[in-house]
Amino acid sequence: MPQECGEPVFREPWEAQAFAMALALHARGLFTWPEWAATLSDEIKRAQAAGDPDTGETYYRHWLNALERLVAEKGVASAETLTRYQEAWDHAADRTPHGAPIELRPDDFK
Amino acid sequence: MATHEHDHDHDHDHGSELSEMQLRVRALETVLTEKGYVDPAALDAIVETYETKIGPRNGARVVAKAWTDPAFKQALLDDASKAIGTLGRVGDHLIAVENTPQQHNIVVCTLCSCYPWEMLGLPPVWYKAAPYRSRAVKDPRGVLADLGVTLPKETGIRVWDSTAETRFLVLPMRPAGTEGWSEEQLAAIVTRDSMIGTGLPQAQP
Repeated sequence: MPQECGEPVFREPWEAQAFAMALALHARGLFTWPEWAATLSDEIKRAQAAGDPDTGETYYRHWLNALERLVAEKGVASAETLTRYQEAWDHAADRTPHGAPIELRPDDFK
Repeated sequence: MATHEHDHDHDHDHGSELSEMQLRVRALETVLTEKGYVDPAALDAIVETYETKIGPRNGARVVAKAWTDPAFKQALLDDASKAIGTLGRVGDHLIAVENTPQQHNIVVCTLCSCYPWEMLGLPPVWYKAAPYRSRAVKDPRGVLADLGVTLPKETGIRVWDSTAETRFLVLPMRPAGTEGWSEEQLAAIVTRDSMIGTGLPQAQP
């Protein structure tokens, strides 16, 4: 079976981080598996409707969309908060020499 | 050095870049960590566990035990989560379905990709892909044929659609030519695909 071998579990580290965050939040009781499955399948449907080929390659993008949505719906972090942190991380990356670990500092927030 | 071709933003010449997905994951993880919802070390442990410790071998050992221990097999078919619990393993919301000469079982999640992670590790890419999710229900025999699995005409195929509350583990038929094999030898031929129902274990000499 060709699909038995050589198949990466995660293609990029961010996929693994997104996967682990969902498991950790579920373990903490932030959402149930039925809630998770409903949100994830809705994100997959949306992506398909928007032209995503849904071949499994983009799976963790849908996964992260579902995660961000549930985190907002549960009142943990709004989309605005997440955007503010994304911009801060972008700023941190800009000022970090290539190859050095990127770390977030308070002055990365505008 | 081609550095100066990218001079639209002089800061970037000496800085680092994070992709959109990296930014989103880092932002989410930072917020969740600050609010005490996740612990970065615990996240790393989860990833490591799923990448290295949990995989289809957990399921394979369960299948091998069922092949050699009729009482365990019956317990597994009666209540898979409970039977697997007696082995000290976790298999939440799990139902084991047995392949027989009359019925072959194949598992799919048409909605997303619910999957018995604890038994099989993480799902393969094709399991998460739309073609498998939609075709497995409509044309299971065709899907199996594409994967190189041909069943006798008289064998029916039952498709099990996973949900968040119910996951399925296929108990494949023990291949001929494995008489007298130990559990370890048997576990080695139980492939991930054979426990999804898209493959058959083969006895190798």
